[in-house]
Amino acid sequence: MIIDINFIGLIIASIMASAVPLILASCGELITERSGVLNLGVEGMMIIGAISGFALMTVTGSLIIAIFGAMLAGVLISTIFAFLTQTLITNHVATGLALTIFGIGISAMIGKNFVGIPGKEFPVLFEGLKDTIPLLGPILFGHSIVFYFAFALPFITSYFLKKTKIGLIVRAVGDSPESASNQGINVRLVRYACILYGGAMSGLAGAYLSMIYTPQWIENMTGGRGWIALALVVFSTWNPIKILIGAMIFGGLTIIQFHMQAIGVRIPVQFLTALPYIVTIIVLVVISRDSRKIRLSTPSSLGKSFHKDN
Amino acid sequence: MIKIVKRDQPSRAIFFFTPVLAIFLTLVAGGLIFFILGFKPFEALKFFFIVPIADKYGFSELLLKATPLCLIAIGLSFCFKSNNWNIGAEGQLTFGAIVSGGVALLFYEQEGFYILPIVILAGAIGGMLYASIPAILKTYFNTNEILVSLMLVYVSKLILDYLVVGPWSNPEGFNFPETRQFSDSAKLPLLFEGLRIHAGIFLALAAVVISWFVFYKTYLGFQMKVSGFSLKTAKYAGYKGKKMIVLVFLISGACAGLAGVGEITGPIGQLHREISPDYGFTAIIVAFLGRLHPVGIIFASLVVAITYLGAETAQIFMQIPKYTGQVFQGMILFFLLASDYLLFFKIKFIGSKK
Repeated sequence: MIIDINFIGLIIASIMASAVPLILASCGELITERSGVLNLGVEGMMIIGAISGFALMTVTGSLIIAIFGAMLAGVLISTIFAFLTQTLITNHVATGLALTIFGIGISAMIGKNFVGIPGKEFPVLFEGLKDTIPLLGPILFGHSIVFYFAFALPFITSYFLKKTKIGLIVRAVGDSPESASNQGINVRLVRYACILYGGAMSGLAGAYLSMIYTPQWIENMTGGRGWIALALVVFSTWNPIKILIGAMIFGGLTIIQFHMQAIGVRIPVQFLTALPYIVTIIVLVVISRDSRKIRLSTPSSLGKSFHKDN
Repeated sequence: MIKIVKRDQPSRAIFFFTPVLAIFLTLVAGGLIFFILGFKPFEALKFFFIVPIADKYGFSELLLKATPLCLIAIGLSFCFKSNNWNIGAEGQLTFGAIVSGGVALLFYEQEGFYILPIVILAGAIGGMLYASIPAILKTYFNTNEILVSLMLVYVSKLILDYLVVGPWSNPEGFNFPETRQFSDSAKLPLLFEGLRIHAGIFLALAAVVISWFVFYKTYLGFQMKVSGFSLKTAKYAGYKGKKMIVLVFLISGACAGLAGVGEITGPIGQLHREISPDYGFTAIIVAFLGRLHPVGIIFASLVVAITYLGAETAQIFMQIPKYTGQVFQGMILFFLLASDYLLFFKIKFIGSKK
């Protein structure tokens, strides 16, 4: 049997495509968590982004408005979270859950009129170069701009946190809000910004799903990806580069399940669908077992409220 | 001028007043949303919150929906009080339903007084088994219980799907994704002729009484409270933290499992794909709205149950999408958390005249 080398390239490209929303949402949440805020509303912000992007694309016909609109929607919905947790000092976990429940409800409410409408074709870059290099051609070329952005984002995020002054401020706020505050840093403002940035990235991740990956609106179409993105942040031990590895593993699990069904492997389809969730649990156990390592890499003030008068 | 002052102590009166405030604010915001969607706000709110429970049948439906919410929320309050974030009650409900449904199917076409207690017990055990996974992973492997319990929700629903489509599907069921109907001895008795409210409500009431006793009259309840306030203090006092974590998860899993039993042996009478409209998630809101207090949870479960009924009624009569229910549930929690600010801070109005 001759295996077409370009076919392998296509499979790898499809794994990367399914990793895109996870990378985007995880990198956004990573910044939020690095500033000491645990936002469990990723799933809610993502689904809001998905419906906003799809609805704006259908109504305005402009892909650019749709993409940026979805990010703005993510920002707006995360503003609720930021206001509650930072200004009114509410519990991060409960507020994040409320955000997810609210987001799923609101998205279904708005999305009612968009069910069954076909999506638009999203332009891809470097289409012509696809066949020029064997194996690498389909991997490197012929993808959307969001795809390329997603694979650059972990490196940008890493550079931002390690090498820029603002990145240092974010880390300082997350690791020791008291000392940061004493240095004259406005802790609340930094955290607001990080939460809103996380919202924008989740919104973009959702828009990628409804506009590029499977161009249509289906209720609940994020299907737990927001939660997997949260798990990926723990998996990465708050290191953006490792998010890339994790997202590829999960993307791979999603894609392999399709191919196993296609080859006719006699495993119940439900088991294959459950695999990413089960693997997430196993990975979390393996990563967290070393409690010392987790403690060292977790932002020290993660999930704890900070109030200046305290 | 308005000035915000920190209270010396959280106000107890406000502790019980803010849930009422949150419900009121939710109604206002809900009316606003209806207005934006192009409905008459007061009429929509009437269809949402009053019409569904205006008659005997509606009231029975309210209790029917409040029963699982109350049961699960009582269980969750054990976890939340002690700072354990079990958010996978939906999975524990589903797994409890699977185990008890399996047992009920074993007794297919058999009758006997002993069947129902076995079926109920099986559901509680199923829920406990499923809740023990995040608990054990948290205590012995330091794994985040939020993510594990949530991932298990998806897994449980897929297990259920596999069973009702595959090995457990009704052989005479024309390939519908459902099992056989349980025998009458495996079903909870109905309380009134013609109404769907069933004996499961007594399970919820029993849970309320037992939890009240445990919270306020036992050493375990005290330990939970201390751990909830400060884990360091609990450690210093020498409490066996790990044992307690496992225990609260088991209690909460048992309650969610029982809620699952109530659904499948009550109104449903068999297993199929959709045995719960996310009761396990909504119960989180109920637990908070009820202030993790058994009596508060009764009231909260009734209030939140209305959002389920209201969503159905509003959809039929006004073509308002049924997801409005979830939007209301999310808003209640938002407003509740927000109004908790008043617990710790006083808003003072300072007049300009002297």
